Amino acid sequence: MSTVVLLTLTGLGLGALYFLVASGLSLIFGLMDVLNFAHGALMSIGAYATWWAASGHLPGAGSGGVGFALAVLFGTAVGTAAAVLLELAVIRPLYTRPREQILATVGVGLAVPALLSAIWGADARPFPGPEALSGTFGLLGAEVPLNRLVLIAAAAVVLTALHLFLGRTRHGLVVRAGVEDRAMVTALGIDVRKAFTLVFAIGGAAAALGGAIGGLYFGSVDPAQGTSLLIFAFVVVVMGGMGSLTGAALASVAVGLVQQFANYYTTAGLGDLAVVVLLAALLLVRPRGLTGRLA
Amino acid sequence: MPAPLLTVRDLKVVIGGRHILHGVDLEVAASGTTALLGRNGAGKTTTVRGILGLVPRTGSVLLDGEETVRLATHALVRRGIGYAPEDRGVFAALTVAENLRLAERPGAREPAYDLVYELFPELRQRARQAAGTLSGGQQQMVAIARTLLNGNRLIIADEPTKGLAPKVVTEVAQVLERAAEAVTVLLVEQNLAVVRRLAQHCAVLADGRTAHRGPTAELLADADEARRLLGVGRAGHGGTVGTPARTGTPARTAAHPAAPTAEADV
Repeated sequence: MSTVVLLTLTGLGLGALYFLVASGLSLIFGLMDVLNFAHGALMSIGAYATWWAASGHLPGAGSGGVGFALAVLFGTAVGTAAAVLLELAVIRPLYTRPREQILATVGVGLAVPALLSAIWGADARPFPGPEALSGTFGLLGAEVPLNRLVLIAAAAVVLTALHLFLGRTRHGLVVRAGVEDRAMVTALGIDVRKAFTLVFAIGGAAAALGGAIGGLYFGSVDPAQGTSLLIFAFVVVVMGGMGSLTGAALASVAVGLVQQFANYYTTAGLGDLAVVVLLAALLLVRPRGLTGRLA
Repeated sequence: MPAPLLTVRDLKVVIGGRHILHGVDLEVAASGTTALLGRNGAGKTTTVRGILGLVPRTGSVLLDGEETVRLATHALVRRGIGYAPEDRGVFAALTVAENLRLAERPGAREPAYDLVYELFPELRQRARQAAGTLSGGQQQMVAIARTLLNGNRLIIADEPTKGLAPKVVTEVAQVLERAAEAVTVLLVEQNLAVVRRLAQHCAVLADGRTAHRGPTAELLADADEARRLLGVGRAGHGGTVGTPARTGTPARTAAHPAAPTAEADV
């Protein structure tokens, strides 16, 4: 029983991490038809910026308490700024050239880890986290690491915030409409490019937050962390239905759990394969994914 | 005669290497309704999309004397254009109220919900219903309502009666007639009874070019000319515009798949 509890919460923690990356990816694809292969890089930027700040380089930030919260905030802000820069400088000039756009995001997705390696080395760096979050708590006989709960809570907060944003604000309304018919949004007198930048900023912020607190889960940061998670984030987006936030949340949980249980009860590494099998099986039954729509 | 509200000169559209419009000239009078006519495939919808910048185009599009061909679509629309597209452009997953809210222009004048709900009381009752679950006629109401919210100077309605039941065609025609009392309307329409009722002026396209311009009544009174340009018989008594006469024989009967019958009275 205790093993099942531990695996479940670890799977949910991993699923939360996938959701933080996949939510932005899904919105970006749904609204803009952009396959952003640089999204993992945004997560890495968030992770490294948080690590850098929490390591004492940013005044006021540190590895404990309020200092760590400030470091996470800083990492998220840097990732958000990077996302906006990416949209304005790389994505926007290539809106009419989707193939070049994909290649450009692949390029950025490769260049950022290389840049991080060049500056801080290719080896993993220990991630300084608060003492209070490094412990465990007992649940039904299992000793569950606290950082799992942090990830799950962060994903729940992001999911709720995104739902409120999409459902209660005019910008959210524009995004939902844009996912359906971008040209018609423009024909109503709305500058849809602003929505593009906003969605990129939101997606970048969520991914960077994933990177910032993902360091707690992994215990370290390394340049390839974001890129290696990206493939599973794409699986989540496809499973959930392109552009669907609720779908992404459900698929994240499914992928995280399947991966953890398959890895534990079969051979290590088989969990990744199980996820792909799950994706194939789902698409055979529901070609548009779990929901096939937004939010 | 007052200057036209919209003047289109030598509008050309090339999509995927294929020339769709070869140089359309069009004037929309400062008031009333101007109809844009032509057989299926003549380039009517592309002309509208070209005017709005929804497809790449060259030429000149003057809105009240201002050249707009280099403007982005949203910037042009915000100068006072309401657009009800051929496919209605309703956001299926959004509610009726949300569809209308999207047409609001923050910072501009107060949206005219009173007028919209007076013309379409049904939309108020269905405000929380997903637009995708509405009937075709109700979706058309949403599309037209969005053009009326903003005090636009020009409404462009692309085949607003397409696929609607005769009773709804009459309702839509009534609304457009009333709208045209205050706003200029550019109407793309296949149903000649609607055209006859609403449009004072018309332009006819053929093969991506302007083939005729003038008073609507004059064109529809000339059966031979109407048959030549539009492929219809009995043009003065209703009917719909025909398909291109690809076999060399002009289409004599209604070819619009879901249009009212040739004797439809609006």
